[in-house]
Amino acid sequence: MAGYHCDLGRQRHRFDDLKAVMACASPRRSGDELAGIAADSDERRVAARMVLADLPLKIFLAEALVPYETDEVTRLIIDSHDAEAFWPVAHMTVGQFRDWLLSYQADTAALTALAPGLTPEMAAAVSKLMRNHDLVCVAAKCSVVTRFRTTVGLPGRLSSRLQPNHPTDDPTGIAASTLDGLLYGIGDAVIGINPATDNVPACIALLEMLDAVRTRFDIPVQSCVLAHVTTTIQAIERGAPVDLVFQSIAGTEKANAGFGVTLPLLAEAQEAAKALKRGTIGDNVMYFETGQGSALSADAHFGVDQQTVETRAYAVARAFDPLLVNTVVGFIGPEYLYDAKQITRAGLEDHFCAKLLGVPMGCDACYTNHAEADQDDMDVLMTMLATAGVNFLIAVPGADDVMLNYQSLSYHDVLGLRHLLKRPPAPEFEAWLEKAGWLDEQRRLPPWPDQSLVVSALLGSAAR
Amino acid sequence: MSDADKDPWARFRTATRARIALGRSGDALPTKALLEFQLAHARARDAVHSAVDFDRLASDLSPLETLRVHSAAPDRPTYLRRPDLGRRLDPASAAALPSGEWDLLFVIADGLSAAAVQVNAAPLVQACVARLRHLRIGPVVLAGQARVALGDEVASAMGARLVALLVGERPGLSAAESLGAYLTWDPKPGRADSERNCISNIHSDGLSIQTAAEKLCWLATEAARLKLTGVALKEDAPSLAGPDNQKNQLAGQ
Repeated sequence: MAGYHCDLGRQRHRFDDLKAVMACASPRRSGDELAGIAADSDERRVAARMVLADLPLKIFLAEALVPYETDEVTRLIIDSHDAEAFWPVAHMTVGQFRDWLLSYQADTAALTALAPGLTPEMAAAVSKLMRNHDLVCVAAKCSVVTRFRTTVGLPGRLSSRLQPNHPTDDPTGIAASTLDGLLYGIGDAVIGINPATDNVPACIALLEMLDAVRTRFDIPVQSCVLAHVTTTIQAIERGAPVDLVFQSIAGTEKANAGFGVTLPLLAEAQEAAKALKRGTIGDNVMYFETGQGSALSADAHFGVDQQTVETRAYAVARAFDPLLVNTVVGFIGPEYLYDAKQITRAGLEDHFCAKLLGVPMGCDACYTNHAEADQDDMDVLMTMLATAGVNFLIAVPGADDVMLNYQSLSYHDVLGLRHLLKRPPAPEFEAWLEKAGWLDEQRRLPPWPDQSLVVSALLGSAAR
Repeated sequence: MSDADKDPWARFRTATRARIALGRSGDALPTKALLEFQLAHARARDAVHSAVDFDRLASDLSPLETLRVHSAAPDRPTYLRRPDLGRRLDPASAAALPSGEWDLLFVIADGLSAAAVQVNAAPLVQACVARLRHLRIGPVVLAGQARVALGDEVASAMGARLVALLVGERPGLSAAESLGAYLTWDPKPGRADSERNCISNIHSDGLSIQTAAEKLCWLATEAARLKLTGVALKEDAPSLAGPDNQKNQLAGQ
């Protein structure tokens, strides 16, 4: 291998290969340090970025970071690459590509046309040369719109996942969190439960309960129980009301094997869900979660930095036309993203790279109690993501997930962002709120007193 | 006016500890709910960052014999960043371990909650020992800056056939003192999580000490009889399967 270098004063920084350039060019993060591939000085980090800026974008088509022969994700990336779409930027270096992305020429139409011509590695590379604000500004120009019963990702709107988890899947407890969330206008992306137990009967019971709530109030939403894909396929076979198929995915074949999935299995699940024809305005039936660090924790990163491996998961996602994808950015813990600075950066990178690749990205802006972060930090991340046009944000009651023991955003947070930034929910869901008489004259969703008709209608009906 | 009219959420509040119906100040949290959240988060962080008082733990375990070890992670910041170091012994600890003919070894690891270990570990060990008179049990090993897999190296070096590792679980806002117990047959470095049995959520609002002890002793007895732990053992005791406490299977040990 030829190797790369950068001379800075009397210091020559050498990099053995493209993987090393990418890893060293990454902003500092604990996962790359844990893997032993991070730059060992701040100067070396910048030296790697200088090398990267001068590399041609095309190099990522010629030099696979994870071998083509042994990895089905690499084969998917290379075999599905659209050379014609790539042509407008094919002559650029990574640095020139950054400048072009920020230019007025790179408008929504140009970026939409370009997406199939980009590989995850190209997106990851250019993100390493961008500041947080760059990541926000370019992502805001991207538009990825998907449909099932609602339209998610339209410009000027902010959708949300309602996450009513309960430590024992208690139906009343889950209903409580769901109804509470509806009063904040949450759930237009999906009402999605992480089940405490992953088995078929439990999964079906939850699906039927969510479907009953949806039909009782005639809410234009889709529901999902985030069980393993094989559990959901069996639920479909037993006639359960499955709207969306969920699965965690990662950026290498080996890491996906750790999740118990392959590309053919995901294709089978997509076909099974599409055959149900439950979507009223579209047939985007897949829901994926990703997150930096999953490949390393499965010992399946092959020396590639965690942000680049994460971006490869988006190639997996886009092959299955998902309704929703979100990074669970702060969930995985401080050994991968140590503090709020690293979590914030990773959240913006993940959103930018996914949008650039044409993936309908949302985010679980979150942290665990052993990370150096708190709700003030989530305020910053959620505001930046909403400004960047994130497709949806996850919200739980009071920001406290009592099943998974971590903190996300609260229903209050998402509602407040919508009002602050004038970004209403999906149009079908907004129309439902309006028809129900929940919106005030300024089209805000005000606090309704416990004795109001709005609250008693919702809670009273649920009691019967 | 009935109770349901006064608080339409009353029956829902009894069904979940989720922070439902908090009220609103405009679009934001009311002051009371805001401060309650901050208190819970502060307690969870204190549980992560405070140290176990191992002297007190040793005296709580008396008359059981104890010995101390430390992982290769020298301090808490390193421990949090380097899970690999928390799974290995530091060389001095490894050199000082005695060996013997033991059926079962208890290892108490601080993990991610000092509070969980301080409150729940000694009573659980005492309750188990009282139920396992038929087994030869080694000295209780107290391990600082330790993760679950450290028990494998300790037990392997000491020659124990079965190890029960008790560890402070990652604290949530509603449970900062939760202890987990991992049982591993034929422990040695490199054991996979699928080769262990886990009992989690042991704390005053979760699984009680007595119930946890009964489950752990049943598993330990079965493990010794069948000479295995892990998936195969769990299948015989479906009621012992704990919740899959991992969003999208991403969180590592």
